[in-house]
Amino acid sequence: MAHPSTEQVWEWLEAVPDPEIPVLTLADLGIIRNVDWEGDTCVVTVTPTYSGCPATSIINLDIETALRDKGLTKIELRNQLDPAWTTDWMSEKGREKLEKYGIAPPQPAGGPERCPHCGSPNVEKLSQFGSTPCKAQWRCTDCLEPFEYFKCI
Amino acid sequence: MADVDNKALFEFLVRMGDNTLILGHRVSEWCGHSPILEEDIALANTALDLLGQTKMWLDYAGKVQGEGKSADDLAFLRDAWDLRNVLLVELPNGDFGQTLMRQFLFDAYHSIILGHLLKSSDDEVRAIAQKASKEVAYHLERSADTVVGLGDGTPESHRRMQAALDYLWPYVGEMFETDDIDRAMASAGVAPEPSGLRADYDALVGRVLADATLTIPEGKFAHKGGRNGYMHTEHLGHLLCEMQWLQRAYPGCEW
Ligand SMILES: [Zn+2]
Repeated sequence: MAHPSTEQVWEWLEAVPDPEIPVLTLADLGIIRNVDWEGDTCVVTVTPTYSGCPATSIINLDIETALRDKGLTKIELRNQLDPAWTTDWMSEKGREKLEKYGIAPPQPAGGPERCPHCGSPNVEKLSQFGSTPCKAQWRCTDCLEPFEYFKCI
Repeated sequence: MADVDNKALFEFLVRMGDNTLILGHRVSEWCGHSPILEEDIALANTALDLLGQTKMWLDYAGKVQGEGKSADDLAFLRDAWDLRNVLLVELPNGDFGQTLMRQFLFDAYHSIILGHLLKSSDDEVRAIAQKASKEVAYHLERSADTVVGLGDGTPESHRRMQAALDYLWPYVGEMFETDDIDRAMASAGVAPEPSGLRADYDALVGRVLADATLTIPEGKFAHKGGRNGYMHTEHLGHLLCEMQWLQRAYPGCEW
């Protein structure tokens, strides 16, 4: 039986939103590492963002649901730890969407470049951790609004 | 991969996994009780990372053991005498300062050993270390900063941090004990001998504690018996009572 191309499967997966930051898709995050066919089974390889991230099991479920909706029946999800996920894999589009959503995108310098609300570069750290393992809490010293920063790892 | 005795490898893996399991549970006890919201969130996130790492270590341990056990089975269905965590991580939280001092003393060791495991001859150990070391670098940055902030803080916070260090320091030595299992891991290239990590540890911890204006207690006495399962402290049983309650009351329960 002919099956959809891996390009087609990628396209479907690119539309699946992240369960905790729904402006980002799984493709924006860069956590889908591979799509392949092994016989009539579609094998999707996923890497976790943080080892204890509670979203991981939801993400796996969402991937399976999305592919079943497209008519695939034999799906296998593989977990890949090595190489470990890094925010370098986040797409440029994903970074823009994050900032528009009010979350400062990750920067190699280790802190946000500017306030996602007013664009001021005058920001200070409130806490190294935020509402999810992937974020920290910062504040703008100009508009005084707090905001979340997507940690660079 | 080099030829490794599976029994020794299993022991090594549960030592790694039990450290993160027990410390993760201890830290999670702060959830909803921290002095301020930011600290509460930070501790909960640290606990979450540690539990995630536990799952990786114990899943692999279960695979190596070959009895079909999952990480959950190993975490919830073993009793105190089968756990292999160091005594340091099972000690009660005490006050916030003691919790952060314990975290720092463990994070420093954890970051050093994970750094060596990045070069492990075992592919799976290497992969877990890659994932965990990024998270632990972050934990260490935070706990070290907090130890300095509180140690070099008010007279009251300084006094509490020195008391925490005096209480916890005799539990540091156990992390660097080297036994036959460690030697087997070292000769197979899986993991370093713990005793070889001590110099790096002393340099790192010495620097931070000096910044914190705290004095490392004299004396070489070390409490031992956790990582070889000889004798845990009385605190572990109480911790397990709470952590394993559900599986003991409703065996096999899932949701
Ligand atoms: Zn602003």
